[in-house]
Amino acid sequence: METESKKISDYKTNTTPTWCPGCGDFAVLRGVLSALTELQINSKDVVVVSGIGCSSNITGFINSYGFHGLHGRAVPVASGIRFGNHNLKVIATGGDGDGYGIGLGHFIHAMRRNIDLTYIVMNNQVYGLTTGQASPTSDKGMLTKSTPTGSLEVPVNPIALGLISGATYISRGFSGDPSHLAMITKNALTHKGFSLVDVLSPCVTYNKIQTYEWFRERVYKLEDEKHNTRNLDSAIKKAHEWDVKIPIGVFYEANQATYEDDDPGLKNGPLVEQPLDNTGNMSKEIMKEFI
Amino acid sequence: MSKTEVVLRVAGAAGDGIASSGEAFAKICSRSGLHLLAYNSYQSVIRGGFIWLQIRASHEKVFTHGNKVDFLIALNQREFERNCVDIVPGGAILYNSDKIKPNKDKINENIILCPLPVGQIIKDIGRNPILQNTVALGALIKLLDLDFENMANVIRDYFGKKKQTAMEVNLQVSKAGYDYADKNLPQFDFKLETDLDNKRPVLTGNQALSLGSISAGCKFYAAYPMTPASSILHWLSAHSIQTGMVVKQAEDEISVINMAIGASFAGARSMVGTSGGGFSLMTEAIGLAGQTETPLVIINSMRGGPSTGLPTKTEQADLFQAIGASQGDFPKVIIAPSTVEDCYYSTIEAFNLADKYQLPVILLSDLFLSEHMESVDSFNFDAIIDRGEIVTHKPSDNAYRRYKFTPTGVSPRAFPGTSGTIFQATSDEHDDFGNVISDVFTDPEMRTKIMDKRMKKMDFVKKDLPIPKLYGTDDAKLTLVSWGSTFNVIRESMHFFSQENLPINHLHIKYLAPFQSGIQKILETSNDTLIIEGNFTGQLSKLITMETGFKINHTLFKYDGEPFYTEEIIDKVRDII
Repeated sequence: METESKKISDYKTNTTPTWCPGCGDFAVLRGVLSALTELQINSKDVVVVSGIGCSSNITGFINSYGFHGLHGRAVPVASGIRFGNHNLKVIATGGDGDGYGIGLGHFIHAMRRNIDLTYIVMNNQVYGLTTGQASPTSDKGMLTKSTPTGSLEVPVNPIALGLISGATYISRGFSGDPSHLAMITKNALTHKGFSLVDVLSPCVTYNKIQTYEWFRERVYKLEDEKHNTRNLDSAIKKAHEWDVKIPIGVFYEANQATYEDDDPGLKNGPLVEQPLDNTGNMSKEIMKEFI
Repeated sequence: MSKTEVVLRVAGAAGDGIASSGEAFAKICSRSGLHLLAYNSYQSVIRGGFIWLQIRASHEKVFTHGNKVDFLIALNQREFERNCVDIVPGGAILYNSDKIKPNKDKINENIILCPLPVGQIIKDIGRNPILQNTVALGALIKLLDLDFENMANVIRDYFGKKKQTAMEVNLQVSKAGYDYADKNLPQFDFKLETDLDNKRPVLTGNQALSLGSISAGCKFYAAYPMTPASSILHWLSAHSIQTGMVVKQAEDEISVINMAIGASFAGARSMVGTSGGGFSLMTEAIGLAGQTETPLVIINSMRGGPSTGLPTKTEQADLFQAIGASQGDFPKVIIAPSTVEDCYYSTIEAFNLADKYQLPVILLSDLFLSEHMESVDSFNFDAIIDRGEIVTHKPSDNAYRRYKFTPTGVSPRAFPGTSGTIFQATSDEHDDFGNVISDVFTDPEMRTKIMDKRMKKMDFVKKDLPIPKLYGTDDAKLTLVSWGSTFNVIRESMHFFSQENLPINHLHIKYLAPFQSGIQKILETSNDTLIIEGNFTGQLSKLITMETGFKINHTLFKYDGEPFYTEEIIDKVRDII
């Protein structure tokens, strides 16, 4: 049965997404589903992990294992799943509040480790599920329920952070260009190491500034400019473009050993497959050190 | 009559090499077939500050590090003066007389001075100031009439072949100290009943917890450095290649516990370790483990609180924190190991309960238990690993219910990658398939059912636990009640009470959650009760009242950062009866 080729419907659950009509997250879901279909990955070998927020509900809509955890903690759980069984394809997901706000520390540290997982962030520059407060990626001056006189903070730049923190695949997609987004997602899933897909995913309910139209007027594709994805310096330059021109596509990619490659504890294969029949003897041997 | 038991204290500044001297003496004793218990009183200072390490050794099992000292090795003037008040009459101080000048007016005349002119003793060997410790140790071995060759072997093993020169120097220095004592120091009447053929293991509570995790098949340990749990991280890291355990130091305790939940979800037995502050950060995720029914072992080695509190001192004040850890109701087991040996077995038990019932298990140790060294009889290494019910094949109806309703509340678990078992684990409330029923699809009936299912597991955990034990006579005038690391000191006090024919018994509570029904019966049939706890508010006492309605009559609380002493317990009991 598993030799039959899988269709996009095989990767869908029966649960209808709870997102508002027009939400950018639909395109992200479609991107993941089509990437899985193109790659023909077995559903049983995929775990989608998420935090809390509108976008984090995505785990319920994909026919794979799902771990819908705590707000901001998708990346540590996803890392832990890789430690427990590094044969699984692990996709961490969430929003900008989840990943770049409460979970920012984990985001940076996971990139330093170059753990082999894909992190897809549905970045809408606002807190949607809690009805419209400023988020860590809200532009300075943005008026929201929690910033009635305008946000006073400079936004987090996830692409630049990724570039200086050791991630080995850093990209940005736009929900208004679903086929481009699906292509980036597919490449991220096949990349070995930590891959970031930051998605400009408009919130049609609470962000009336960064709308599909606003992005359409600004986005351009890095590949159209023949951007060299192996050049860190030019990637950093591109990462700072915003407001007038916004690049989408792959900023940077590198081939480097992953954490799983280097951890001696994983040399004998996935932890979950390690035999447990000799543990007592192991302790007995170690006990000699205490004499 | 010759003394058959000895208490040694080594006192000096941090960085003086007290720990290694103490460890060497401990090994000399344990390899001579002696039992021992050692306690390290220190501050969170890498150099300077004052610390002491005290070891009590005897051919009989010892339960405390003792109160008064037979021999003091003082490494500087200040510690000489500070510690000489704790020496028993007839006891002695060994000190480097090149550096330390005793003020004879301040020293009890019954205390024997044993000056060691270190410069002269080692003049042909070396100059390192730390050699004064080895001189003193060599002298002490002579004064206690212990086997020199046994000491030499401990030195050889300590330095190993890699540090040949240091080893040679220390061997010569220890012999010089030994010979100096032979010729110049008075004789002491000690007859330690040694047996060089009976070598005992000596380890700390944290080492026993770590060893237990290896026996239990723990494959993933994560931690963020925090005293007094850090030594688990160090020890497991040092052994990770041998054991095949992935040991991960993460960016904070929130990441630590979420990683461990991920690894456990993937099927690897997982554990985390911390102290109160880190435990606070882990709190939310303990509820996540409960809600997603992911097995997890969490060690909280308690230190003095609140806040940063007393980082290097002991306390038992996190019981309520453990009981209340995380919002909402969910099943959770709390075990407080009592001794170094118990740390080993409790860890294995914690893993088995966590897997069998798919819930978080908290092990409440404390600084004293985690860090003190104790001799043990060897452990039982035939560890029984019970991973609980695991689905390995596709269910016949092709509809895997991860949270299936069962009579015990335990739903067979599947690890990701198993055919036909795809499911969602969600921190949101969910149905038996794992589908979210929290906001949009709210289902009050299902919510009640799934909550009942989870909580039902606690009834069955209770049935698995051994019945609470009452130590001592059934017919006592007073029942002592305790938990955790006070077990040993109370056991020693109990020994005293029985010698004095005082009718006292002792109820030690190891399982704090679920609370065992047998406890109420024991308390209600007691004549009078005294609770002994290392905290201010009497957390166990309050828990007992909460669970049983029973009110304990007398209290002995301590929160100065030090472990209890036998004398404090005996005095309190005498006041009452």
